[in-house]
Amino acid sequence: MIERHLSNKRSARAEALRRAFYRFRQSRLSLIGAAMVATVVFFTLFGAVLAPFPEHVDGGVDTSNRFSAPSLAHPFGTNELGQDVLSLVMAGTPVSVSAGFAVVFIGSVLGVIVGALAGFNGGWIDDVLMRFSDLMLTLPSLILAMAVAAALGPGFGNMIIAIALAWWPGYARLVRGEVLQAREEVYVAAARAIGASPFRVLFRHILPNIVSPVIVKMSLDMGFAILTVAALGFIGIGVRPPTPEWGTQLSIARSYMPDFWWTAVFPGLAMFMAVFGFNLLGDGLRDVLDPRARR
Amino acid sequence: MLRFIFRRILLILPVLFGLTVIMFVIARVLPGDPVGLAAGPNATREEIEALAREFGLDQPILGQYWTYVSGLAQGDFGTSIFTRRPVADDLAAYLPATLELVFSALLIAIVVGIPAGLMAAIWRNRWPDYLSNILSVAAISMPRFFLGLLLQLCFAMWLMWLPLGGRFPIILEPPPGVTGFYTIDALLAGDMESFQTACRYLAMPAIAMSLSPLATILRMMRAATIEVMQQDYVTTARALGLSPRLIVFKYVLRNAISSSLTLIGLYFGWLLGGTVLVETVFDWPGVGLYATSAIVAQDFMPVVSVALVIGALFISVNIVIDLLYGVINPKVRYQ
Repeated sequence: MIERHLSNKRSARAEALRRAFYRFRQSRLSLIGAAMVATVVFFTLFGAVLAPFPEHVDGGVDTSNRFSAPSLAHPFGTNELGQDVLSLVMAGTPVSVSAGFAVVFIGSVLGVIVGALAGFNGGWIDDVLMRFSDLMLTLPSLILAMAVAAALGPGFGNMIIAIALAWWPGYARLVRGEVLQAREEVYVAAARAIGASPFRVLFRHILPNIVSPVIVKMSLDMGFAILTVAALGFIGIGVRPPTPEWGTQLSIARSYMPDFWWTAVFPGLAMFMAVFGFNLLGDGLRDVLDPRARR
Repeated sequence: MLRFIFRRILLILPVLFGLTVIMFVIARVLPGDPVGLAAGPNATREEIEALAREFGLDQPILGQYWTYVSGLAQGDFGTSIFTRRPVADDLAAYLPATLELVFSALLIAIVVGIPAGLMAAIWRNRWPDYLSNILSVAAISMPRFFLGLLLQLCFAMWLMWLPLGGRFPIILEPPPGVTGFYTIDALLAGDMESFQTACRYLAMPAIAMSLSPLATILRMMRAATIEVMQQDYVTTARALGLSPRLIVFKYVLRNAISSSLTLIGLYFGWLLGGTVLVETVFDWPGVGLYATSAIVAQDFMPVVSVALVIGALFISVNIVIDLLYGVINPKVRYQ
């Protein structure tokens, strides 16, 4: 009897997954997005290894070969130091993607904690936390991130902290709303009735049930986080060269336009394709995981 | 109505207070050596201390905060430690340029985005819808500064149709300042030549700024229109034999726009903060460029003030949007 019940439950879950996957497959754009993200993840893992000129990634220069136009040896051309642009763009993938992921991860963890505390406790805790996040939402996030990054000094970690500090309020508002709704559900009342502590109710019962809108927001935010990282690099307060970062590459290449356009166009295109992929995938995931947003 | 406006305006004050606290904490508590940077690499210890004393930076932090806030109440935004110019003067010079850029971008986004969203909804699940869907995701994914560079490369460097950057030719006199918007000032002065010049300088930065709000407005408008078209009153109107054109323009549009309106308010704030990148690319003399150069110099008074002004503008615009909401949608009129 119990066994049958368990197997039913398992097959129901498998069925739900199968349906979600079917819906996802139905949308051609989501599949394209998934393929693009897979490519980006591939280059995140192997970009630095597969780069045709690894010595250029480490800061090596080839001054006899400056600004050569795209050719078979250098499909994306070479830059002002004679470095292979393709290698730099490939090696830039892990920098941007890991920074973007770290921003979204730290921002969502902070936001989930703040939002869950506010929504679960209510009262003055809710008031204080939510007024504070509204205040943070009023501040221009890019200028906030720039100011913090400049004050902390250049560097990969500082840049991530600076952007994440401007990133959490969106999650806090989302999670608070979801927690407020979930708090009134029957399963929460049931958990309370059998004597579960508030801590257990929040973390074991409520949070696992509101995880899908958070995941959807994370996947939609991933592209914007990569954009913000590149924006700080472009302004000149992010990662410093020789760390290969797309935004920084673009800002240097800017002064060599229009004659040596390839030094600017290819890092920019890489940025665009990565963000495009994450946004398409995020849209697809939202359609699958969030029934309210389905068209 | 008046009481409602008054209450909303009173609510701005605590928010502004909170903004000053946050920005002050960032500016003063985080590590960084603005005085040393402003004094230059060869400054002696005495020179640095004198500079710190001059700008009150040797005072305890609460005292500094009090000086700043009491100055603010009198319209004094402090002095830049780098240029030694009053920040209020700089803001007055740069803010109109940014606002002109943001309003032009929003105008493009609304004028193109709303009809396009309406069309995507009407031709739902046919090729115009698919096309607008993929284009709008692409537009949102496009880094504004990269788009700016591509526009420059194409229209300023290769085709040479438009100027590369700046707001007005240095050798020419800008139109007499009434609003601070060069385009409107030129029109007011009846100077068509200046108007054209101003538009030529404005075109590329405004387009680069407008793309992502355009795409968002389009998608929002599409979703809202689809929802409205499924309402009973639309079915009734159709059953009564009203022409599709009348139904869309008289009943659907009005109801769909009101839900897109909130979004436009949110986007205004986002655009104001996001001008930084486009202003950097196009050398547009606005507050974003001003804030960037101040941030690089760790000159925090301008940064605090820019963030404050943008925050205040953002709240004000959202109040205006709330009021407009009542005008467009009688159901949410306030007592």
